[in-house]
Amino acid sequence: MTLYGAIFYLLAAIILAATALALTRRALMHAVVYLVNAFFATAMLFYLLGAPLPAAFEVIIYAGAIMVLFLFIIMLMGVKDGRDMDAKKALAVWLPPVFLGAATLAAGWVLITAPAGAKEALPMARATPAELGRFVFDRYWLGVEAVSFLLFAGLAGALFLGKSGDEAGKTAKDGQGGAA
Amino acid sequence: MIVPLEHILLLAFILFLMGAVCALARRNLVMILLGLEVMLNAAGIAFVGASLRWMEMDGQAFVLFIMGVAAAEIAVGLALLVYCWRRSGSLDVNVFSRLKG
Repeated sequence: MTLYGAIFYLLAAIILAATALALTRRALMHAVVYLVNAFFATAMLFYLLGAPLPAAFEVIIYAGAIMVLFLFIIMLMGVKDGRDMDAKKALAVWLPPVFLGAATLAAGWVLITAPAGAKEALPMARATPAELGRFVFDRYWLGVEAVSFLLFAGLAGALFLGKSGDEAGKTAKDGQGGAA
Repeated sequence: MIVPLEHILLLAFILFLMGAVCALARRNLVMILLGLEVMLNAAGIAFVGASLRWMEMDGQAFVLFIMGVAAAEIAVGLALLVYCWRRSGSLDVNVFSRLKG
């Protein structure tokens, strides 16, 4: 197995473990942070598979924008987890994320500082960001426009829901004492 | 090709399955949305793997579109979630079983 093959299986194991841990957590905050780890590992996987631009967008959009939006919402709503960390449980809570984070960092480090001989296979397959950007705007310009319309519709929908949620909340509180 | 395409597809399949099970089985609205994100991410991995296998950039272009769709979907989804939270003070999907409340 080549070095890159080994990194692939390591990253796949990290992604699967982090996602499985994320989706089985009761504490929402822990779930979101595990998923951020999984998305970072996915970004490295994209880079490994010769897709640097999707890798960058994976970090910027998924880990950076979407997961942070989740964190904002969870903090905004102040959902109670109802769990206090005691000293015995603290290690069990800390150990998996520390291990997964360290493994992700190690894989990234090996990927960046790989020996020159092992790098032969990669540049052949890699689509540079400039190439991919030109390709997308050249062949899929209609799709780009459609996504921009979709994002605008999403923005308008979110604004509308936020606004009408205010009024609905008020009437619900006036009508039935705010509880349902 | 550093690994066979089947292994990449297997990874994407397991990830998609985990996301689907989470979206269907969990009762918390936040966890359902997280499951959706995991499913979209799994689809992205399959696209990038296929893009590498056939040396075409179409797969990577579609990953970019998936990310745009995911961003729009999550904006509306979280707005709906906040709306439900304000209306009922709960994130349990069983609370929202009636169409008009």
